[in-house]
Amino acid sequence: MTSRCLEISGLTVRTMCDGRERELVSGVDLALEGGEVLALVGASGSGKSMTCAAALDVLPPGTWRAGGTVELDGQVRTAREVRGAYVATILQNPRSAFNPVRTMRSHAHETLRALGMGRSGRNARVEAAMIDAGLEDVPRILALHPFEMSGGMLQRMMVALALMSEAPFLFADEPTTDLDLIVQREILDLLERLKKTRGLGILLVTHDMGVVARLADRVAVMDAGRIVETGPVMDVFHRPAHPTTRRLVDAHLSLYPTLSPAEPAT
Amino acid sequence: MTLLSARGVSRIYRTFSLVGASRAKRVLEDVSLDIHAGETVALLGRSGCGKSTLARLLTGLERPDAGEILFGRRSLASLGKEEMRSFRQAVQMVFQDSIGAVDPRSTVAAIVSEPLRRLVGIDGEDCRRAVAGLLRRVGLDPAEADKLPAQMSGGQLQRVCIARALAPRPKLIILDEAVSNLDLNLQIQMLDLFQTLRRETGVAYLFVTHDLRLVERFCSRVIVMDDGRVREEAEISRPLELSSPAGRALRAAVLPAMPMRV
Repeated sequence: MTSRCLEISGLTVRTMCDGRERELVSGVDLALEGGEVLALVGASGSGKSMTCAAALDVLPPGTWRAGGTVELDGQVRTAREVRGAYVATILQNPRSAFNPVRTMRSHAHETLRALGMGRSGRNARVEAAMIDAGLEDVPRILALHPFEMSGGMLQRMMVALALMSEAPFLFADEPTTDLDLIVQREILDLLERLKKTRGLGILLVTHDMGVVARLADRVAVMDAGRIVETGPVMDVFHRPAHPTTRRLVDAHLSLYPTLSPAEPAT
Repeated sequence: MTLLSARGVSRIYRTFSLVGASRAKRVLEDVSLDIHAGETVALLGRSGCGKSTLARLLTGLERPDAGEILFGRRSLASLGKEEMRSFRQAVQMVFQDSIGAVDPRSTVAAIVSEPLRRLVGIDGEDCRRAVAGLLRRVGLDPAEADKLPAQMSGGQLQRVCIARALAPRPKLIILDEAVSNLDLNLQIQMLDLFQTLRRETGVAYLFVTHDLRLVERFCSRVIVMDDGRVREEAEISRPLELSSPAGRALRAAVLPAMPMRV
């Protein structure tokens, strides 16, 4: 499945609040190319995760998509067509995303069944995806339950399940937020490698501008349900245009006291 | 003055199932540390290094298998009921998982007022006023007091937990990854609040974290743990210099401030 461009236009999400309709996401436009990392940043509650969920029609109860289209290479697609087949998803806190009483093998087979894959070639596909995600000892890991694995291993397994689908795009919603710094670096390295080797287009949802600096090619900034700025990562860090962007970058740089914002490292 | 100390504590976890006990896992091995009045100590280490277990021992939520925890000069194991109450009043904790740290059926007002009623002994109108003041302090609207935890966002609920820890005016607050789940602006806002409180009241903090960036900003001393042991203790310098392999690995994993590519 080769798709080069995923385009979200006019995406709007509403909910009922005190008997009135309220807009949570307002007319969001995003374009994601294959082989690039687009970071979607903003404060908690700005609508980042809601945007991803709306594009794939997996919104939480009580909220609905009130408008917007998703196009693949210029062709409008339903969320059902896109989800899983063209866009795979990995989430924050991988521990809560696995069934605690099932082994990794069972999770892998479930994913392949959902994609309509038969038994032939199944093991080879699972093994290839796991090795690509940095899980070398495949037979041992397939027999493990979630509680027998570390957070980093579970997140790699999530990535492996995403790769099994061979979807050209990946939505990664805060993929490293609960992981320690060292595991975080490993997972970010992994995502970068997959971008290069597989040409994966990654929508990276995060509130950590350090993650953005490490991985993103382009950045879209959200505030109160709207995209307020989109640009190449260098511009966003060096010449933030919108006040929200400036606040995010300033807060981030205040954690690096040895580096003044006026003279950034190169 | 030393507030709280660990003296050679070890902790072993075993799991039991129908087929018998699993092999014992030693999660803390001969750990000693002191926390003095008014200081801010970072406890730094990777996931699974034993730092949360140490925090639970220090608050008396678990008992060490060897060694002891000293509150002033007294061992926690020897404290009577009244002394234990004054220990709980003096040492408070904020957990990483705010949802798991509150009763889902209690209102925000009930959650924050519990230590006031049980440890400080104030009730009624005084208590309501104190709760409103505490909520304002952590940047929440006192009108939120009637909400249930499920009606709040993760960031709001964590601030409720912080308000609860501040309520009995403790001498030491143990922050176990307490700001990790907040977004950066809120993290900085909370750290600024902690710093203000330290200046005003002389409260001490044990800041359990894996994020070195926050350590440099907030703490005066750092203790690095790895694999259940203390590997290094250092004063905070800027830039922070760590010499143990565990400390250096964490240092090297800090994310870049600025994008590197062209």
